[in-house]
Amino acid sequence: MPDTTKDWPLYEIFIRAKSGLDHKHVGSLHATDAQMAIEHARDLYTRRQEGVSIWAVRSTDIVASDPAEADALFEPARDKVYRHPTFYDIPDEVKTL
Amino acid sequence: MYTQGLDSLGKECLRDEARDSALLETRFQARVDAEDKIEPKDWMPDAYRRTLIRQISQHAHSEIVGMLPEGNWITRAPSLLRKTILIAKVQDEGGHGAYLYSAAETLGVARAELIDQLLSGKAKYSSIFNYPTPTWADVGAIGWLVDGAAIMNQIPLCRCSYGPYARAMVRICKEESFHQRQGYEIMLRLARGTAAQRDMAQAALNRWWWPSLMMFGPSDIDSKHSAQSMRWKIKRFSNDELRQKFVDYTVPQADFLGLKVPDPELSWDDQAQHYRFGAIDWSEFERVLAGNGPCNRERLEARRCAHDEGRWVREAAAAWAAKRRAVAPPRAA
Repeated sequence: MPDTTKDWPLYEIFIRAKSGLDHKHVGSLHATDAQMAIEHARDLYTRRQEGVSIWAVRSTDIVASDPAEADALFEPARDKVYRHPTFYDIPDEVKTL
Repeated sequence: MYTQGLDSLGKECLRDEARDSALLETRFQARVDAEDKIEPKDWMPDAYRRTLIRQISQHAHSEIVGMLPEGNWITRAPSLLRKTILIAKVQDEGGHGAYLYSAAETLGVARAELIDQLLSGKAKYSSIFNYPTPTWADVGAIGWLVDGAAIMNQIPLCRCSYGPYARAMVRICKEESFHQRQGYEIMLRLARGTAAQRDMAQAALNRWWWPSLMMFGPSDIDSKHSAQSMRWKIKRFSNDELRQKFVDYTVPQADFLGLKVPDPELSWDDQAQHYRFGAIDWSEFERVLAGNGPCNRERLEARRCAHDEGRWVREAAAAWAAKRRAVAPPRAA
């Protein structure tokens, strides 16, 4: 019989590829605690020097936006082209602007 | 996101919209057609979910069982360097299994359930791993041919419509090239060695050639899942297309080694710019898939044994974590 309750908690793993870059989501793994999550992440996601720093976050602690509400959330930004620098016409003579 | 914890949210919104599943399905297909990626929380047809769970978990099982034929040679690799390389490769296979199990879990299936399906013999894995590795040359042939065929299958999966699977495949494909090249280099050393070493390399090629061609699955005419998987962009090329590409790439590599592909009907078709090859013995494929290959029982027995013998480690780790939580709770909630 499968004992699905035996699965250890799921952690999402984020890796900083090199100094100066931000941490990026790379995948997930099961671990009994945060310490084990970091140790397993090292073996699973950095076998070829892919990182200099690891974050592990319990998957259940992540709050995400709902894809069904994506339009309502992100649509309002679509017609605000004036937020971008290229919206403004500046004569070529004007330098360093 | 890979997380399962989000599933409950996804189901809430699904209930509201379930009234018009035909509309949802049309919208879903339109997204797939537009090369948009489907993510775990997005609405998807049940059959799409089931197909992916089956395919991704079989893929994961194949990586895990795939550690066994080569693991057989870790203690007997011919040099310390070859041994370290082989350990790294087998470790990669274990890693690939872990990436894929995680991807399957995003579809709402528990890891323990998938492992149970493998150990109980209910789940399938690639039939290629039910063949034995009697010589060191088999390790070379596996890297060159089996990993070569796997790469051919896996590269299009990097563009699969399901985000977590596609991302896992990108990671896997990056690592797979090392596997194929180290295998070919083993074959190259043997082919340039003594007569006995050349014979060993040839014998390994003879053993692995046809099973490698079978790795691409049944011919398009007999492949029951192909058409729907193509529509869903889980699959990009047909089994026969990929098999032909593999033969076209691999025959010149065998020629370079001075080895002979064990197919009397193999010939170059100048007009089509393809190699023509002989008929595959699908009865062998069916036999191995049904559980009657040379090593099916041995492979599953090895997995069950590893699972049982590792039980105390899992239990000890869980007990240790519980003890530490009791001493210092990690957070107030």
